[in-house]
Amino acid sequence: MCGIVGLYLKNPALESQLGKLFEPMLLAMTDRGPDSAGFAIYGDEVRAGWIKLTLQSASSDYDWKALMGELEGCLGCSLDWLQNASAAVLKTNAGEAAVRAALLELAPGVRVMSVGQSIEILKGMGLPQDIAQRFSLAKMQGSHIIGHTRMATESAVTMEGSHPFSTGMDLCLVHNGSLSNHFRLRQELRRHGIEFETDNDTEVAAGYLTWRLRQGDSLKAALDHALEDLDGFFTFAIGTRDGFAVIRDPIACKPAILAETDDYVAMASEYQALASLPGIDNARVWEPEPATMYIWERQSA
Amino acid sequence: MKTIDLSSASVRDFNQALHDQARQLDEREWLVSNSGGKHNLAVGVNQALDIVIQGHAGYYCAGMNQQANITVHGNVGVGVAENMMSGSVRIKGSASQAAGATAHGGLLVIEGDAGARCGISMKGVDIVVGGSIGHMSCFMGQAGRLVVCGDAGDALGDSLYETRIYVKGTVKSLGSDCIEKEMRAEHLEELAELLDQAGFAADPASFKRYGSARQLYNFKVDNASAY
Repeated sequence: MCGIVGLYLKNPALESQLGKLFEPMLLAMTDRGPDSAGFAIYGDEVRAGWIKLTLQSASSDYDWKALMGELEGCLGCSLDWLQNASAAVLKTNAGEAAVRAALLELAPGVRVMSVGQSIEILKGMGLPQDIAQRFSLAKMQGSHIIGHTRMATESAVTMEGSHPFSTGMDLCLVHNGSLSNHFRLRQELRRHGIEFETDNDTEVAAGYLTWRLRQGDSLKAALDHALEDLDGFFTFAIGTRDGFAVIRDPIACKPAILAETDDYVAMASEYQALASLPGIDNARVWEPEPATMYIWERQSA
Repeated sequence: MKTIDLSSASVRDFNQALHDQARQLDEREWLVSNSGGKHNLAVGVNQALDIVIQGHAGYYCAGMNQQANITVHGNVGVGVAENMMSGSVRIKGSASQAAGATAHGGLLVIEGDAGARCGISMKGVDIVVGGSIGHMSCFMGQAGRLVVCGDAGDALGDSLYETRIYVKGTVKSLGSDCIEKEMRAEHLEELAELLDQAGFAADPASFKRYGSARQLYNFKVDNASAY
C-alpha cells in the first residue's frame, strides 16, 4: 500500500513551520504504511562550493564526534556537523567522491542517505510517529519536504528499504506501488555503473532516474523515459532542490491528491493527510491525471 | 435532526447508528460535520434516511446504499456509492476513481468531475456527472445509464454490455466494442429525465449516445489462434 505526502511552501513566511505543518500529514498516512517511514527535507542550504551529506548509523549511540575528527584529518578540509538521533548531517567543502571514499574506509557501517546543497533524508523502521519523534520533525524548518509511510510488499522491512531514496545531488524519490520488472532493470543498470544496496523495487526506480539524469536528461525527460521503461504501478513524488514533482503511471491505480493555496502546494495519497493544513477548506483540490508530470519549483537563486 | 461530529465520534459508531435505523426508525435526518476525508462514511445504510456530510469524504462513501439519500458537500475518494442498490447519492464536489462501481440501482450525481473507471461494471445504477470523467470509464458496464455533461477520457465503455452512455463533450477514445449510436426519440426522452433528476440544465440534443457493438458477447472461433 504505502502513503506519500509532500508539502511545498510558496509563502516563505511559513518556512519556520514546515515540520509542524508536515508532521500531521505523515502521521495521517500511518494506516497506509505502518512498518517504516521517512522524509526528505530541503532547507538550511550550504554555500557554494560546499556540500551537505546525511549519514545514518545502525546504532543510536554511534560516536559521530570521533568519526568527524578522523574525517577532518583524512580529508584535510573544513567541516561542520550536527547529530540528529541515529543520523548526522555533515557539511564540508570537500568533494563528494573524496568524502564517500573516506567514509568507506573509516566507517564502512555508516550509510550515506543523501548528498546535495539543501537535502536531508531521514528515515527508519517503525511507526511514522516514532520516526517523526526520533528526528524531531515538528521542529524542522525548510522550504519543502516529501515523506513516505511504508507497507512493504516487494522486499524486506529495513532502514535501507525505507523511503525516500536518493537519486543524485539534492534529488530523491518516494513511491507508492510496485514495479514488476525491477530485477531485470537492476541488472541492466548495474552494467551502466549504478550501485544497489537492497532488493527493493523503488531503489531500482531511483537508480534508473539517477542513470537517466547522468545521461543528461532533464527531470521531465527522465520521467518520460521512466513511463516507458518501468513496468508496474506507481505514484511517484520526486524532491528537487527547488521543489517537487508528482507523476502517476498510465493506469493510475495508485491514488494521489493535490491541493494548492496562495501559501502552499501539497500532495498526498489520501485527502485525510491534507485535512490538517491551514486554509484547506478553500484550497483548490484535484486528482492528478495519469502519465502526466506535475512540477512546482521556485526560481533558483 | 441528529448531528454527528466526526472529530469526536468514531466512524464505526456513526455507521452503527445508521444501521440501527433499519431495525427501528427513530431519526430520519442526519448531519455529519468534520468528516475530514475519513473513509467508509455512511456505508451499508438500509433505510430511507436523509444524510448530509459537510466536508470531504474518503474511500467507499455511501457504499452499498439502499434507500437513503446521501449528500456530500465536498469531494469523495475512491469508490463512492460502490454497489449501491437504491436511493440516491449526490456529490457537490468531485469524485475519485471507480465512482458507482458495480452499483445495481439508485441515482449517483456528481456535480464536479469523476476520475478513472467511473461506473466500472455498473449493473443498473444511473450515474450523472456534471463535469468530465477519466479513462476506462464504464468498463464492462452491464446495465443502467451513464450521463456525462463534460468530456470522457480514454477507452470509454471498453467491453461494454448493455449500459447506455450519453456524453455531451468529447470522447478521447472509445474502448473495445463500444460505438457511437443513433440518438432516437426514446433516448432523448430518458436523457431529459435523467438530467432533470440530477438538476442539470444541459440540452439533451447536444449529447451523443454510445453503446455496445455486441461483438464480444460470444467467442468467435476465428479468434482461437489468438489464445
